Amino acid sequence: MTSPLEPASRVEAVGPSGIRRFFEIAEERDDVISLGVGEPDFSTPWAARDAAIHSLERGRTSYTANRGMAALRAAISEYVDERFALSYDPDDGILVTAGASEAVDLAFRAFVDPGETVAVAQPAYISYGPGVTFAGGAVLPVRTREADDFKLTAEALEAAGADTAELLVLCYPNNPTGAVMTRADLEPVAAFAREHDIAVLADEIYAELTYTERTGSEMDGGQGDGTASQDPEDPDRDEAGTAAHTSIATLPGMAERTIVVSGFSKAHAMTGLRLGYALGPADAIDAMNRIHQYGLLSAPTTAQYAALEALDSCAGEVRTMVAQYDRRRRFVLSRFREIGMPCFEAQGAFYVFPEVPDGWTADAFAEALLHEEGVAVVPGDVFGVGGEGHLRVSYATGLDDLREALTRIERFVAERPTDR
Amino acid sequence: MSEREVLELLRENARYDTADIARMTDLDEEGVAAAIESLEAAGVIRGYQAVVDWDRLEHERVRAEVELNVTLDRETSYGDIAERLARFPEVTALRLVSGDYDFDMEVEGDSIREVSQFISEKVAPVPEITQTVTHYVMTSYKEHGIELDDGDDDDRLSVSP
Repeated sequence: MTSPLEPASRVEAVGPSGIRRFFEIAEERDDVISLGVGEPDFSTPWAARDAAIHSLERGRTSYTANRGMAALRAAISEYVDERFALSYDPDDGILVTAGASEAVDLAFRAFVDPGETVAVAQPAYISYGPGVTFAGGAVLPVRTREADDFKLTAEALEAAGADTAELLVLCYPNNPTGAVMTRADLEPVAAFAREHDIAVLADEIYAELTYTERTGSEMDGGQGDGTASQDPEDPDRDEAGTAAHTSIATLPGMAERTIVVSGFSKAHAMTGLRLGYALGPADAIDAMNRIHQYGLLSAPTTAQYAALEALDSCAGEVRTMVAQYDRRRRFVLSRFREIGMPCFEAQGAFYVFPEVPDGWTADAFAEALLHEEGVAVVPGDVFGVGGEGHLRVSYATGLDDLREALTRIERFVAERPTDR
Repeated sequence: MSEREVLELLRENARYDTADIARMTDLDEEGVAAAIESLEAAGVIRGYQAVVDWDRLEHERVRAEVELNVTLDRETSYGDIAERLARFPEVTALRLVSGDYDFDMEVEGDSIREVSQFISEKVAPVPEITQTVTHYVMTSYKEHGIELDDGDDDDRLSVSP
């Protein structure tokens, strides 16, 4: 007799996460250095934690407005305008959510009808596929290639048959590859979306973690004559100014078809506080809010106070963390070059995506590395098409551990050149 | 610019070797060595020291913060007085500060007796010094930007998406 609590078929359709196995092995041992972690190693800036504590002391523990505290929405509006030139009205263009994850899930449920196609640029964060499935949609993977530095191209969209998709999901800076897309890279993708009338879900949770220099022509939308007023030698020119990241929603004709998702988990090191937000056209935010108000009511109040303070006073600490990540990124890329594992130059998030040596699958390499050297990494296959033969290596770990882990990987590769 | 970056890294951890600093910056090893040499030659980098939590050693180390008030005359400047005081090996830091007193002096010794004697016999008698207020350090919680607690364990999940 089957249980009356038999899961619905769309739940059955989704298997357990591919990282689960590695997690279980890694948790069993205490000598493991994990480069498999998808969250910052820094603590939330103290000012933000202190604001959360203070809000608890004052008893600020009731629900907030469904869309989030007005003060927080106003602060988000100002922040995304200043950093990313995104303009959204705090009253109807912003929804504060329990992590960017909730915003992603809301978008699938709000905009995907059963049977509709959702194109997902892969390799990608593991939640998009299952989220689409839970919403009743069909996932269409769009393979990005190392030859393109894992950027999404119009050719890749064409080849995958994405012209029939209702929604396109892209995440840049990318988890797991660390790829970024410049304005010039985004233009053909935006043109494709406009031409085929496709909505876009842009997961920009890693936006602050972009390590490229923004060029003069990037700053003024390609119209520049090379005499930008900013002095490229001035190290402080980015101070509270525009970030290097370009949001696809800032491209012509894109704001009306794009939901931008972001949050405080990565740049502000607030993963456990679960606070994110969605930006979009008023009607679209209203649709997402209809689900949110019944499902969540409002995002955690304590976390909203922390986020407000994070935007108010923690920009300096964010810059310090970003500088640290960038150093580690250079360090890890240098070490993979020295070890002889090809690795494209990731310029965002806190991941690099090296190739495993010939004769190995990513899965076998990751498992043997974990067993024999106690270093945890995540095989790229887990993140969808295009990830095979690669490893996701996170550098959200202190330099001492990174140094030791890379020494172990170097030894492992020397001793086990192939899987024999 | 690159010297600035090297300096920042050494301030974070003076024991980073040149190879690691090169990997973390746009410089090669020779470039890093040259930057460090130039910073040292220019007197920007004055030394490298360990940050010590004395409470974890059996040997007691007594430290005191001393406020000093001075009077100046035509022949004597703050610099003259500072030079005189800084020569004593017991003085580990000496700064001219704004506010209620003139100098902020840090003194170290093996016992309270030794530090007290130093203040009363070597510092107080200096003619320009009109007043000393000595504060013995009881517990130190943070030194050179490093918290002297037990640190936090990394409680993150070992593998996460």
